[in-house]
This record gives sequence, structure tokens and C-alpha cells, in this order.
Amino acid sequence: MDGISVNYYVGLSTILFVIGATGVLIRRNALIIFMSVELMLNAGNLAFVAFASAHDLLNGQVFVFFIMTVAAAEVAVGLALIVAIFRSKKSINVDEINVLKG
Amino acid sequence: MTVNLVLFLILATVAVISALGMLLSRNTVYSALFLVLNFATVAVFYLLLGAPFIAITQVTVYAGAIMVLFIFVIMLLGADPLPEGNTLPWQKWLAVGLAVILAVEGTFLISTQKAAGIISSPAADAGNPKLIGQLLFSEYVLPFEATSILLLVAMVGAIVLTSRKKGEER
Repeated sequence: MDGISVNYYVGLSTILFVIGATGVLIRRNALIIFMSVELMLNAGNLAFVAFASAHDLLNGQVFVFFIMTVAAAEVAVGLALIVAIFRSKKSINVDEINVLKG
Repeated sequence: MTVNLVLFLILATVAVISALGMLLSRNTVYSALFLVLNFATVAVFYLLLGAPFIAITQVTVYAGAIMVLFIFVIMLLGADPLPEGNTLPWQKWLAVGLAVILAVEGTFLISTQKAAGIISSPAADAGNPKLIGQLLFSEYVLPFEATSILLLVAMVGAIVLTSRKKGEER
């Protein structure tokens, strides 16, 4: 089997990242926004592993490890925030979370 | 077209379609399930890239733990789709336009760049958990410890945010 260029993987990673960024911008549901953030982190991970594989180094894989930990911590705190907001506002629509507006 | 390229293209199609499905479906539960599919596809990519340990971690941590947490919160808060209210009607189109520009920019830059490396079939010991563990506990031991503090802070934060004070009305 011949190898393929790392550019394919970085291209796919770019596309997934852009889809995630679009999700953060156009969706109103706080949960979907969170899922889009996860998608963006995942796109970053894919690029890390692709480069680690292309350069035959393990450091990229260790970094992916740390990113996964940060993602897990972020999801735990973020979902707790969403639950807390839902308790007081009875909604997870980010358009209605505007009490701090001047 | 080599076997690797065909495999890559099939998996990439699945990954992009599942990401778009996550973005576009009205029902939050469908979004979550599309995201699980996307994570599983990325795990297969990790296997192709010679990182089996990361692939298994991806399935257990992302597709397992994180998505279970998501589905749990979706069930807790109700999965009804939000009413389509547009407070800023132009904002959606502006966002899509900017995203398209970003995607074109990124793919242009990548396609004009000469390949930064070729991914050949991984060596037998690539992504070996033993080697990753040795690296993690020698060169990256400080970030590793910092991560443990981060997890502790996240745990305390999540508990504090969701616990009610004594005597507080629901």
C-alpha cells in the first residue's frame, strides 16, 4: 500500500473545523453549540495525529491525549453551566440569555 | 488510486456528512447521534494513521463518556426543538458566508502547499501504549500533573454549579 499525503488529512481537518465553527455561529441551541465545539477540538486532534504519523513522532499523540482531557473537563463544566442556566431561565436558547446586555 | 486513498475518501465522506447532519438536524438527539458517528469515523482515521491507542481512547472518552453526558443532559432538559425565532436575520447568512470564505482559504492554502509529509503504512510498534506512556511520564510529566489539577477543578466546578443551596426553592 502506498502512503498518502498528509495534506489530505489536514484538508479534512479544515473542513470539519469550519463545519464546527459554522455550528457555533448559526445554531441557537446551547447544546448544539457545545457539540460544535467538540467537533472543532476533534478536527484539531485529527491534524495532530496526522502530523505525528507523517513525522513518525509520538509527541503529537501525547498532545491529543491532553486535548481530550481538556475537552472532557470543558464538557463537564459547560453542561453544568447549561443546566444551571436552564434552571433559572427555563430555556437553552442562547438568544434569550441576554441579561448582561447593557 | 491506492487502497489507502480510497479508504480515506470513503471515510472522509462519512465524516463530513455526519458533521453536516449534526449541524443541520432539528432534533438535538439526532445531532448527538450524528456526532457519535463522526467520532467513530475519526477513531477509524486514527487506526489508519497508526495510533491505535488514541483510537481506543477516542471511542471510550469521546463517543463513550462525553456523548453519554450530552445525551443525559438532553434527556434532562427536554429534546424539543427550539422555536425558529430570528433576532438577527442577517447573522446566519453572514456566518455561512464567512465560513465558506474560511473553508476556501484553508483548502487553497493546503492544496498549494507542497506535502509536509507522506503517511505510509504505520510501523508495527507505532502508537504503542508503552512508548506513549514512557513519553507521558518523562518529557510531559509536568503537563500531566497540571491536567490532574484541571480535572479536579472541573469536577469541583461542576458540582458547585449544579448543587442547590440549602433551603433554596426549586
